Amino acid sequence: MNIQLRERPDQAACATTRTAIADCDVHPSRATPTELYPYLAKRWHTHLETVGAGPYHGMMIGPPFPKGQPNASRRDAYPPEGGPQGSSLSFMQKQHLDPNNVALGVLNPLGTGQGLRNPELATAVCAAINDWQVEKWTSKDSRLKASVVVANEDGPTAAREIRKRANDKNFVQVLLLSRNTEPLGQRRYWPVYEAAEEAGLPIGIHAFGYGGNPITASGWPSYYIEEMVGHSQCQQAVLASLVLEGVFEQFPKLKAVMIEAGFGWAPSLMWRLDRVWQRLRDEVPHLTRPPSAYIREQVWWTTQPMEDPERRDHLFEVIDWIGWDRLLFATDYPHWDFDDPSRVLPAGVSVQNRDAFYLGNALKLYGLAKD
Amino acid sequence: MTEPIAGGVDCDLHPAVPHLTSLLPYLNDYWRDQVTTRGMTDLVSQAYPLNSPISARPDWRPAQGKPGSRLEDMRAHALDPFKVSHGICNPLYGVQMVFSEDMATAFCRALNDWLAREWLDREPRLRGSIVIPVQNVEKAVAEIERCAQDERFVQVLMLVMGDMPLGKRAYWPIYAAAERLDLPIGVHAGSAYHHPPTSVGWGSYHIEDYVAQAQAFQQQLTSLIVEGVFARYPKLKMVMLESGFTWLPPFLWRLTKFWRGLRMETPWVDRAPLEIVQSNIRFSLQPVDAPDDPATLNRLFDHMQSDELLLFSTDYPHWQFEGDKALPDGLSDHLVRRIMIDNPHATYTRLKQSAVKETTP
Repeated sequence: MNIQLRERPDQAACATTRTAIADCDVHPSRATPTELYPYLAKRWHTHLETVGAGPYHGMMIGPPFPKGQPNASRRDAYPPEGGPQGSSLSFMQKQHLDPNNVALGVLNPLGTGQGLRNPELATAVCAAINDWQVEKWTSKDSRLKASVVVANEDGPTAAREIRKRANDKNFVQVLLLSRNTEPLGQRRYWPVYEAAEEAGLPIGIHAFGYGGNPITASGWPSYYIEEMVGHSQCQQAVLASLVLEGVFEQFPKLKAVMIEAGFGWAPSLMWRLDRVWQRLRDEVPHLTRPPSAYIREQVWWTTQPMEDPERRDHLFEVIDWIGWDRLLFATDYPHWDFDDPSRVLPAGVSVQNRDAFYLGNALKLYGLAKD
Repeated sequence: MTEPIAGGVDCDLHPAVPHLTSLLPYLNDYWRDQVTTRGMTDLVSQAYPLNSPISARPDWRPAQGKPGSRLEDMRAHALDPFKVSHGICNPLYGVQMVFSEDMATAFCRALNDWLAREWLDREPRLRGSIVIPVQNVEKAVAEIERCAQDERFVQVLMLVMGDMPLGKRAYWPIYAAAERLDLPIGVHAGSAYHHPPTSVGWGSYHIEDYVAQAQAFQQQLTSLIVEGVFARYPKLKMVMLESGFTWLPPFLWRLTKFWRGLRMETPWVDRAPLEIVQSNIRFSLQPVDAPDDPATLNRLFDHMQSDELLLFSTDYPHWQFEGDKALPDGLSDHLVRRIMIDNPHATYTRLKQSAVKETTP
């Protein structure tokens, strides 16, 4: 679906006519397996080459469910100088940032120290990825901003990494993945939220990751499509956990961004949470408001992969129920299910909502709006 | 409020087994002895703790014993006030949690016989679901074939959270038997608790488990559709019970989008997910996870793009609505008739057969 069949007109030439956008989910990758070595102690080079990274799944090479395309990425996104898709800043600029007039690109590195069983390795790789994001990407293109990648299973250590980067303007959020050893509302993760709130950094919770739990409540499914669709159920469970455990009650200034897990499910989940809470609120007395009240104040959603109903009025109604001020446009570049900013939003949206959707909401959330 | 019409079908009623000893008359000597010698007391799933507000409406809760354990109460609270012609019994007894397939088989057999003797024999409006030992597919098929001879059994019952996703090929003999015998597969909220009840691990609270049922239904629909169950068994109907349904449209948008992008992985899925749902999947009405205002609810019905998907249910004795408001406000007369009568009869074809049989002396 993204094999380039014919030469396109010069994309950069169109850029000036395009509205500026924020892309709240950009995936930078490493050109070679050893690209992080300069940021890692020698001990970890040997470790990685001897026993590997040690994730919560069995594959030494590649993911448990083979992706639909190499590196789950666009076939037209291989940089001319070699390396996997998303590994070259100059090609990312040429193929994506310039032609699509990206004013803000939020980097969410995957395949890092998150979801590794060895906690010390996890910490070392996360710190290395953060240094690498600044040196290779954000220091070279001011449109790009980094996410503080943290060792997700080790709350206190993750909190230290957040505090270390708190005043560094290269970073605009803290990155977690949705799938961990426990639901993200659990107390073991609270040091992350405490440090993020203190630093004024939103928590970006990106779909994916491995925590050892099957991706359905009935065990492992068979297909990659089940994993991909299943990420939205994981995200619903994560959000329910954050609300019901009282994370938003405890950290009222914390902001959470649901990344790459869809948003269409949000109204139904909020209705269900509120309805059940009316019955069972005695079990969760730490909640002082209906569950949806926390979500409406403290949660945002990125748009890709964009909900795509047959009828656009259905899409607009769902967004009305969530709020046009809650959605953050994202492309997921360079992944195969990339959303093209020029096609993603059907006609019929007011200028004000359109601007908020593509840029305004993100600038405001990430503290980059010019007053 | 929206008035129910007479002659409807209540597709989700929960008669409760008072105690494991209630099943003793239906167990053979060996299993009777096992139950008593080993001090087994009861099989209550924490999906529905007996005293949880979810498990019984306050005015439906008996002074003594389990909610839903008395036929007289079910008549007075559900069958009579909603003037139904039929009510389908879905026993939620914790047999799916049992790890031994032999024990599960014995208990399921006893449970089904108990339902026939203590409920179906005593109340002609009631119909039953066959509870199966999913722990062993061969024995599950045998139990379906045994019970299906009694036309009052109109459905096979499974839980939404089991050992494997429901689309897995290992389960297909169950679906083959169900299709052959005109039995829909009812998939009810609840878990065997053999895996964490969310796909991101164990939560802390009962409320979290209950909310998570909706996500489990979504995962099962994905599995059933992409594994090709309905390509292989096109006449098979599956009914999602106590699933909620307002999540369905956005779920299908996402599934359809990925199906378009990844069709090469499951090429036997030759119809769009929405089409498959419209021909093979149904949902019980309660709970209605939506705001009270009729305008929003009617938009949701429009998003569902079909008036054939919902089947009337009270979910008795679970607490889903107040008073006699089993039907949410704002339903058109047309939709009420669809939900209460047309859709259940189109789904449960055995209702007609057994009704004929009853009137024949």
